[in-house]
Amino acid sequence: MQGGLPLFPERASTMARHVDALFFYLLGVSLFISLLILVLIIVFSIKYRRRASNEIGAPLGGSMKLEVFWMVIPFLLCMVMFGWGASLFMAMQRPPPQAMEIYVVGKQWMWKLQHPEGQMEINELHVPVGRDIKLTMTSEDVIHDFFVPAFRVKSDVLPGRYTSIWFRPTKPGRYHLFCSQYCGTNHAVMGGWVTVMEPADFEAWMSGGPTQGSLAEAGAKLFRELACNNCHVSSGQGRGPSLVGLYGSIVRLEGGATVVADDNYLRESILNPRAKIVAGYKADMPVFQGLVNEEQLLELIAYIQSLAPPPAASGQPGAAAESHPPAPATKKLQ
Amino acid sequence: MSSPATAPALRRETYLNVSFGVKSWLLTTDHKRIALLYLVSITLFFFLGGFFAVLIRLHLLTPEGSLVTAETYNKLFTMHGVVMIFFFLIPSIPAVLGNFLIPLMIGAKDLAFPRLNLASWYIFNLAALFTLYTVITGGVDTGWTFYTPYSSLYSNTHVVPTIVGIFFAGFSSILTGLNFIVTIHTMRAPGMTWFRLPLFVWTHYATSLIMVLGTPVVAITLTLVAVERIFHLAIFNPALGGDPLLFQHLFWFYSHPAVYIMVLPAMGVTTELITAFARKKLFGYHFVAAASLGIAVIGFFVWAHHMFVAGLSPYAAMIFSILSYLVAIPSAVKVFNWTATLYKGSVSWATPMLYGLGFIGLFVMGGMTGLFLAALGLDVHVHDTYFVVAHFHYIMVGGAVMGYLGGLHYWWPKISGRLYPEALARFAAIVLFVGFNLTFFPQFILGYLGMPRRYHAYPPEFQVLNVLSTAGASILGVGYLLPMFYLVWSMRYGPIAGSNPWPATGLEWQTPSPPPPHNFDRTPVVTWEPYDFAGRADLQYPVPRPEPQMFQPAAHD
Repeated sequence: MQGGLPLFPERASTMARHVDALFFYLLGVSLFISLLILVLIIVFSIKYRRRASNEIGAPLGGSMKLEVFWMVIPFLLCMVMFGWGASLFMAMQRPPPQAMEIYVVGKQWMWKLQHPEGQMEINELHVPVGRDIKLTMTSEDVIHDFFVPAFRVKSDVLPGRYTSIWFRPTKPGRYHLFCSQYCGTNHAVMGGWVTVMEPADFEAWMSGGPTQGSLAEAGAKLFRELACNNCHVSSGQGRGPSLVGLYGSIVRLEGGATVVADDNYLRESILNPRAKIVAGYKADMPVFQGLVNEEQLLELIAYIQSLAPPPAASGQPGAAAESHPPAPATKKLQ
Repeated sequence: MSSPATAPALRRETYLNVSFGVKSWLLTTDHKRIALLYLVSITLFFFLGGFFAVLIRLHLLTPEGSLVTAETYNKLFTMHGVVMIFFFLIPSIPAVLGNFLIPLMIGAKDLAFPRLNLASWYIFNLAALFTLYTVITGGVDTGWTFYTPYSSLYSNTHVVPTIVGIFFAGFSSILTGLNFIVTIHTMRAPGMTWFRLPLFVWTHYATSLIMVLGTPVVAITLTLVAVERIFHLAIFNPALGGDPLLFQHLFWFYSHPAVYIMVLPAMGVTTELITAFARKKLFGYHFVAAASLGIAVIGFFVWAHHMFVAGLSPYAAMIFSILSYLVAIPSAVKVFNWTATLYKGSVSWATPMLYGLGFIGLFVMGGMTGLFLAALGLDVHVHDTYFVVAHFHYIMVGGAVMGYLGGLHYWWPKISGRLYPEALARFAAIVLFVGFNLTFFPQFILGYLGMPRRYHAYPPEFQVLNVLSTAGASILGVGYLLPMFYLVWSMRYGPIAGSNPWPATGLEWQTPSPPPPHNFDRTPVVTWEPYDFAGRADLQYPVPRPEPQMFQPAAHD
């Protein structure tokens, strides 16, 4: 047999420490209560064992005080578990603002990972140590799940919408990446490795491989090919709303509702524009469902994200694409 | 066999000898005979599901998988889950022990709808035939959870026949639940008030509510999967505007309460065992009874804790996390009250008690690890890993199956009229307990290390723990085979039991073993509180003599 007998997983992200702390709290509480019950059962079973075949137990009915005691104490212990778990969960749900964004597409049975600068990886992910990394993920077919035990992060990856996770690696090394939502025949081998590198090594790796330009550049090209630029002009005078500064802003819809222009909103507005109509515009954008694939959608979203807000905007979509925030931030760490 | 002519007066009429022949069994409306029919059906399914488990554990002996292909492995764990959950665990205690005992315990002649009871057995077997059909023709590979869109669009295995099987099995479950509810409401003997009911009846009442209210939802949900598969309607398919998460909400709305269908009856059995073998009133009767209903009600509002990493809104996740903690409280109340019942009791170490105490131990471990899974930030790490597999096996096998076997031993003298071999039975109970822990405890560690469930192959560092688990499973297997052999043996060769061998306080022990066809020769009138050993002059204890002990001289002779 190979592999030895590991009893505890490696800890390689800032989150791992917090998850393990909560784990040890729960382990402590449950060991205490389990051992208490075990000891009581053993002591009672021996001390009060039947000594004569016609012996019966003492006629004790119950005790209100005890009942209240053993409802209230477990309740309080549970509320600590709830509060601790919930606050940790909220921290996991909110990626830090300057996180480096990587796009992930899962399909039966492989992971495609796209860096914003253009590098594409299959079943491998290279990231620098000490940087916040945000993964925006979707699936081409069934539900998958992106799971890196050493980082203690996991999220289902669904068709038709985006989910995201974030982590900050703390230790260079190679860590397992698993699919942990059953997805068919080769579910067990739909995995790979996350390689955490020193920043300098990561820069070398990034500049090493061939690249077709950044994701936003590819998106800008696609934006023109699909003739999106005919209507979505930056001046705001076109048939469609301007997309400059749209990403992350609050959009007013027909009927008075508002929505945050996040990845899922943009995705829906491209694939099925009639779902939500921006106030003041007509529902005449064509449906792109079936015309763009998941990778192209991510390129378009990266492009829209790259369109800086008006004060800094040059008005030229291509020029704006180059000021994609993560790229300079990556270099800062060298 | 002696002919009736030689000794007509000695031959007492029982439900077993009142008529003979295949027809007298297949057309019976006697709840006791139907219980035995169920016993045969679910025992077959238990060993079929167990056979799949054996293949799974053998396959996982090596990291690359040593026995079958990936496709076959996926079918094995799916069929293991489908068979064990829908065709063994859900019917196990209610349809066998509940069917046999509820009328006896409340002093009734039969269930309220005897023909419906027989119909539910036939429906169950019809469903079972569909399931066997899928096994023989190649199986199904979606997991017992049938997650869409895999099940509705991508799997090319026998999804629809399996769904049809589960759909029909659901009707059998609904009919059984309905029958129990009406029976418990309307057919209690004079003096058998609600708070004189044994806890076994209370837990079956709670279980029946879940069966009647929850089962239609899973039937509709699985029908929707079949409809999407056959007619390509857009229900769960996101490409056509459907929502795959809708399936998970609907599925778990039944399938989480279904866990309580499995474990509540086992809690009822355990309560009977603890009181009978400590010869003591149940500590906090009203609290334990209320906890049963509490679990059934709150259990309907915790379903989305199966979906914390599925893309749920974080605020919804918080609500379901806090509700999941609330459902833990009534379970804790039960455990504390059982433990307190032992205090100053007269504790016997007979086989059923070993199962009862084993149940408490394993249920505590299963319940405690459930708290880990309800903690949102921690669930993210352990969700869909072997930690979950270990957790629910502690509840459903450690809990429900231990309860079932404990109950089967305890009421075996009533069912068969004979006693099982005590020493062998104690040995089997201990083998089961050890084998169970050896099988499933390593899986907690595997889960925290990060091994995902439903993997036909795994990284080499997980091998030692997997081998340990398989070794444990082989011990567990022996533990399951032993009772089957000696219980069958005892039906013919076991010592005659008498009507109340333990003795215990329930009404079922007031009538001869095996009971007459209509349960009681005279309708009993109940004037006593439940489990009140001290207040019952009618109980006949064995002649006092010292139990075999090393250091205690005979004190009472």
